[in-house]
Amino acid sequence: MSLGLVLGKIMGHARSDSEKQSPYECGFEAFEDARMKFDVRYYLVAILFIIFDLEIAFLFPWAVALDGIGLVGFWAMMIFLGVLVIGFIYEWRKGALDWE
Amino acid sequence: MITLTNVLLLAALLFCISVAGIFLNRKNILILLMCIELMLLSVNMNFIAFSHFLGDIHGQIFVFFILTVAAAEAAIGLAILIVMFRNRDTINVESLDSMKG
Amino acid sequence: MSISNEILLALPELSLLSMACLVLVVDAFSKDPDHRITYWLTQISLAIVFLLVFTSIPDEPRLAFHNSFIDDAMSSVLKCFICAITIIVFLYSYEYLKENKLMKGEYFVLGLFAVLGMMIMSSAYSLLSIYLGLELMSLSMYAMVAMNRKSAAASEAAMKYFILGALASGMLLYGISMIYGLTSSIQFTEIAAISMTSVENSRFLVFGMIFMIIGIAFKLGAAPFHMWVPDVYQGAPTSVTLFISTAPKLAAFAMAIRILVDGLFPLVADWQSILMVLAVLSMAIGNIVAISQTNIKRMLAYSTIAHVGYLFLGLIAGTINGFAGSMFYIISYALMSMGTFGMIILLGRYEFEAKNLEDFKGLSGRSPWFAFIMMCLMFSMAGVPPFLGFWSKWFVLKELVASGYFALAAVSVVFSIIGAYYYLRIVKLMYFDKPDKMTAIKATKQMRAVLTANGLLILVLGLLPNSLMQICLTALAH
Repeated sequence: MSLGLVLGKIMGHARSDSEKQSPYECGFEAFEDARMKFDVRYYLVAILFIIFDLEIAFLFPWAVALDGIGLVGFWAMMIFLGVLVIGFIYEWRKGALDWE
Repeated sequence: MITLTNVLLLAALLFCISVAGIFLNRKNILILLMCIELMLLSVNMNFIAFSHFLGDIHGQIFVFFILTVAAAEAAIGLAILIVMFRNRDTINVESLDSMKG
Repeated sequence: MSISNEILLALPELSLLSMACLVLVVDAFSKDPDHRITYWLTQISLAIVFLLVFTSIPDEPRLAFHNSFIDDAMSSVLKCFICAITIIVFLYSYEYLKENKLMKGEYFVLGLFAVLGMMIMSSAYSLLSIYLGLELMSLSMYAMVAMNRKSAAASEAAMKYFILGALASGMLLYGISMIYGLTSSIQFTEIAAISMTSVENSRFLVFGMIFMIIGIAFKLGAAPFHMWVPDVYQGAPTSVTLFISTAPKLAAFAMAIRILVDGLFPLVADWQSILMVLAVLSMAIGNIVAISQTNIKRMLAYSTIAHVGYLFLGLIAGTINGFAGSMFYIISYALMSMGTFGMIILLGRYEFEAKNLEDFKGLSGRSPWFAFIMMCLMFSMAGVPPFLGFWSKWFVLKELVASGYFALAAVSVVFSIIGAYYYLRIVKLMYFDKPDKMTAIKATKQMRAVLTANGLLILVLGLLPNSLMQICLTALAH
């Protein structure tokens, strides 16, 4: 890991500009009134995000306990992820991921 | 020292706030969704407290599932909210009165 | 039990899940505006699941997945009925969706997931699995109600359904957390064993149980938790109302039996008195408010509320026969409700829905045969012998009297006589009033055939009620 850090320091371009220095907050200005109107399409992305980010809640304990739960536990999670993939295929086909 | 009673009282208080919020709020449906979320979280608190003080893992497993279901519920709630907003241009609670009888 | 045996036990559910996923993907890729492939795949998967359940009805209850899943006669019988009813519901719905330009593959996919939720609810043997099944069913149904995106009424109905349904789940969960805290278990046999012995905690157990009963009452639509029922029935597309008013009621019944009988039977005296209040209120509000309705879907919503009241009567009796009576009641209600909403779909056409009672005026002149079928259905709903609805009321009331609740039985008879008025009013409208305009009924052959079979089934089962009752008794025998 330390190798990666060192390599990154040497190889990487250490350029700095005002965009990079400013705080990043998902496409919004970080410090302004939070009560502003924003595009209704954000809602769609937010809805999809909520569903898919919660799988992490199941992945963490699964990963920690993987030694104890054996093959059955492993495949159970694979099936769970498979169901998620099907949901993902569906929303992709329906065009929910296109911004325009 | 925090006892089981302390946590249960806090959870009950949160639960009451959320139920009161659902019935008293007359303005914005988004606030209703927040109240529902608060309600589920107060139940989670109950489960975690019981799980900790009983030394039983089932409560924590239940919390995992409640969290996931709550997310799915929020997603469907928001989706219905958008459909409603497109149809009537308002998300006022008092606008939910076209059907009577 | 080894893992492969456990999977075998849940084979119907697992195959339904995989079929539902398949239907979802196939529908996303198909370009057919009529969604024929989706429809037929849906029907085939339901038929497969029906056969899987039907061929493996167990004699002895078997538990799986850390005792949180049960395969017994009751769950199998209910699953069979859920699948069979849903097949017919989808057949009616297909006609409706095509006629009203609402055809979307999601209707069938969401329907399949809702059926999966119902099957899990009937087989659930721990509070966690019951909760997950319930949410899978409810979430699918919220989305189905909002399916007509152009209708303001539908989205309003969906919003009300969603908020009150989520409130009900919250209440149920709070009750569950209390029960868990007091018994340190979420599995029904353990809960029953512990609540039997813990006398000092029984006050708190009752406290948790009240919250759970509120949740169940919300989902079944019993008064005073019935606010969502009329709006959802009226606002939702008729095909969705048809779906909501049939199969989910069977699942809600299973949930009530699992929680109250399998889990909390030691507290029977306490829940009997709560259910008594709910039953009387439901019968009163349902039957009396229905009289003043002019919209037929709204009228049927109040009639549902009243029927839930009668369903509770069998549970109040507190005996195996009483529970079997309730099961008989809910199955026959689902069959009648399916026929009635099928009839509303039959009479409707594009941009015209038979939504007012006036639309039934002079139906005997327009179509004597379907007027007869509708008459059978209405007589059955009203509880006129020898139709099925009479026997369902009869079995429930008989057990109630056998358990010594004379006053309650008398009250419910009075309310059912009041209720008969608004059902018979439709019969009067059909046979003795002149129609406003004589339009012919336009429907496909299969719709006519299935609706006819549906109506005659009510009549035939009414003539042979003991066969269905026998099924219910064996289902609840353990």
